[in-house]
Amino acid sequence: MTGTYRFIGKATPRKDAADIVTGNTRFLNDIKIQDMLYGRVLRSPHPHAFITGIDKTKALKLTGVKAVITWEDAPDWKGGTPRYTRVLDRKVRFVGDAVALVAATSVEAAQEALGLIDVKYEVLPAVFEMEDALKPDAPQLYDEYPGNIVTPGVPFFGPKNLKEVVMGDVDKGFEEAEVITEGTFGYENIPNPLPPEQPGVIALWEEPDSVTLWVSNQASYMDKITLYHVFDRKAQVRTIGGPCGGSYGSKFMSWIVQAQAALLSKVTGKPVKIVFTKEEHLAAFTLRPGSRMRAKVGMKKDGTVTAISGRWLIDTGYYSMTTQSQVAVGCGEVQIMVRCPNWDLKPVIVCTNRNASGIVRGFGGQELKCALIPLLSLAMEKVNIDPLEFFKKNYVKPGDGYFWRDGIWYTYRGVDYTKTMDKGAQVFGWKEKWKGWLKPTSVNGAKRTGIGVGVHGNADIGEDASEAYVRLDPNGTAMLFSCVTEHGTGQRTNFVKMVAEVLQLPMERVFVTPSDSLINPYEFGPAGSRGTYAIGSAVIAAAQDARQKLFELMSPMLGAEPSDLDTFDGTVFIKNNPEKRIPWKAMSIDRTVTGYGRFEPDYTLSNCMMTFVEMEVDTETGKVDLLRVVNATDVGQIIDPPGLEGQLNGCLGSGGIDSAIFEETVIDHKTGHILNANMIDYKWRTFSELPVIDNVVFETPFPSHRFHAVGVGEIATTPGPSAVLMAVSNAIGTWLHEYPVTPEKVLNALGKVTQKTGKPGAT
Amino acid sequence: MSVKDKKPVKKKILEKHHISLTINGYIYELDVGGSPGQIEPSHTLAHTLRETLGLTGTKVSCDSGACGACTVLIDEKAVLSCMTLTIECDKKRITTIEGLKDRATGGLDPLQQAFIDHTAFQCGFCTPGIIMSAKALLAKKSSPSEEEVREALSGNFCRCISHYQVINAIMSLSKKTGQEK
Repeated sequence: MTGTYRFIGKATPRKDAADIVTGNTRFLNDIKIQDMLYGRVLRSPHPHAFITGIDKTKALKLTGVKAVITWEDAPDWKGGTPRYTRVLDRKVRFVGDAVALVAATSVEAAQEALGLIDVKYEVLPAVFEMEDALKPDAPQLYDEYPGNIVTPGVPFFGPKNLKEVVMGDVDKGFEEAEVITEGTFGYENIPNPLPPEQPGVIALWEEPDSVTLWVSNQASYMDKITLYHVFDRKAQVRTIGGPCGGSYGSKFMSWIVQAQAALLSKVTGKPVKIVFTKEEHLAAFTLRPGSRMRAKVGMKKDGTVTAISGRWLIDTGYYSMTTQSQVAVGCGEVQIMVRCPNWDLKPVIVCTNRNASGIVRGFGGQELKCALIPLLSLAMEKVNIDPLEFFKKNYVKPGDGYFWRDGIWYTYRGVDYTKTMDKGAQVFGWKEKWKGWLKPTSVNGAKRTGIGVGVHGNADIGEDASEAYVRLDPNGTAMLFSCVTEHGTGQRTNFVKMVAEVLQLPMERVFVTPSDSLINPYEFGPAGSRGTYAIGSAVIAAAQDARQKLFELMSPMLGAEPSDLDTFDGTVFIKNNPEKRIPWKAMSIDRTVTGYGRFEPDYTLSNCMMTFVEMEVDTETGKVDLLRVVNATDVGQIIDPPGLEGQLNGCLGSGGIDSAIFEETVIDHKTGHILNANMIDYKWRTFSELPVIDNVVFETPFPSHRFHAVGVGEIATTPGPSAVLMAVSNAIGTWLHEYPVTPEKVLNALGKVTQKTGKPGAT
Repeated sequence: MSVKDKKPVKKKILEKHHISLTINGYIYELDVGGSPGQIEPSHTLAHTLRETLGLTGTKVSCDSGACGACTVLIDEKAVLSCMTLTIECDKKRITTIEGLKDRATGGLDPLQQAFIDHTAFQCGFCTPGIIMSAKALLAKKSSPSEEEVREALSGNFCRCISHYQVINAIMSLSKKTGQEK
């Protein structure tokens, strides 16, 4: 399809490229505002406690300190789903919870003041294990969440919003099954998405009720909406989004730091900047939810799944903002991966005294699949079916359907991914390397290799609404008004590219507004791979609307009907008489033409990513190495080849494949402290340890928008982790069911060392 | 011996009231002291560059020497500016990301152009540090192998996973210089 477009599908430089490589990009912490104060947060050393007294006298006397705010001074601003979590509360619920806020003329003064605040705590018993939190005598985190169970459901998703997967008759399904497997499986190492840029914000509160925030978030417009509710629906909120130094979902949940800065600004009357330290980022910002399920699956010998039942526990930490949404989407996504008529899968979201969970690429689906695929694998082993064949057979096909997040059944109308999966397998050499379940691909002394495969897809590629304007200027340029922030995917440039294609205008003559909520219309933001289809559709519609209005304006001048006109490089001409053309300037130099576009949610399309991995295991040391990755997908139409490649290579980082190999957040269950909240002890992949990655990308036109494309960026991290477990299990000839596969766990599975903790697996 | 008779050990640093840094070809004479605008002995080079001199192209991520985002060149060697005290940089020649452009023409350094041509970044936050690490490597070795590139960048954290495109960008220069020889 590439040949048919002037810009779409071509590698073009990102609009922000020169700024990025010269250091001119202004990330949040690069911004300074006149009279700006610096905020710091005093954090709780206890995982669960009442604050019985705070003395801030000494702190207030320190030179440069302008405000110290405690729960006693704070307004009753609350966030979360439902909004039960206070900006400052009398109770602290995790090590790192906010106790007091300080604003000072320098970071150093603010930091010093923290040490001068005298806090008395009444320490309460804390709970860190989901099963413990559900016990009748467990410490209770909130009065509003009896039994530490978070209120299920997401009102934003509609009255029938998805809270579970229940359909058919599981008893009948298990009767029909030829094998049944059951057990407890988890994905509980809570990897940190860990964007390089720390969370931060600058807030300026102007009395009586106007607040402007410079934010770093992939979805800056949504901050405005979230904060409007947090500020008791009494303030006018303006958010100015800028380049975001990585988010991977996580910065969607920035309302707490934003509200903290806004409160300090309200009290001091000055702009206040808060930027987390890396330790705060790792210990007091969002983590991937913990996931554990006790489940049972029934399968026939041909790989037909007859029933899935189970209880899925999700650890949301000390509160939830988006976990119910992740559960809803995860429940939808699991139906896309595995066709099954009988379900009884019941999620329970649990509060524990650790840092909160939030959004990370994979959005609930990764958490669920990483637990479910190992269980399905046990059944696949029993019926001796190749996992590739199983996934091909069971992945959603046109005409199949699923209950999506709104609880409504949708019939899938996208492409059949079988061809994509076959091509990926061929490039990987799956058939040659697959020796059967729990059989290594190769054995070379102590070293063994094994292979694994996973698959994931998401119908959120058409989630939520987007709006855009395109304004044509008589000078032959166009301005896209969209509140999209750039967080690394290159989508701001891709939307410029779409406008350029519709208007046949060189990309250097198309511009995009800053992502300022004051000037742009509603934008949910790039999330769930929705950028290409959902945002793209709004952008395309706005460009088409502007083009149509331009033709209506110009048609009398050219003596032709609007439908007979076309445009190229800022001129309008008659299609069958291209000599007859006038420049856009003919619209009159005191005029602009503005088009409007809106996208309405559509859940009938899903993307797909299949990931193959080859692992090498040293059976003497237990060390596991990722040798090779093949990602296979179909995107309908590539918008920007290098941008897509970057997104697919992202499968390793941000809590992706490496969350199965070495990434984990380690919490001391005696004290509640995170033991590796720094970038030396939290392991990450370096340049010198890169596996070979091949990306197989098909372009089968999708019934999406005029460029027939869908997004895939968000899902790249998801199929890999369970594939790693599968590959390592195959390499060593015994099941490994716990993430990440550290040398200790491998040696334990091989019977060479004894592990302390009870391990999950079949029962 | 009484306390009074002991020699003050910190005298040497405190006596020094000015330091001189050459940053991107410009000479900065900076006062050492505790007043606003002065260099405190505790200030890191990253802090001085960003907060005192407004050179925010150098990014700070971990602020503890683990991620490479703050990499600058001191006398052509890659250094973590968050782990370097400014007062230790007296008389040193420092290059930051802002200093790579040609001062006369404003043209980009070939390395910067290669990063653009290969889209060797996603969010771009770690990019200045990566470019400076690569610059140090190329200054030492004009035609490094891919293995040497990986080793030279092994201290630079990138979470989007732009590593592959970064390596391609740098190797495109390595090949070019290789052909020139």
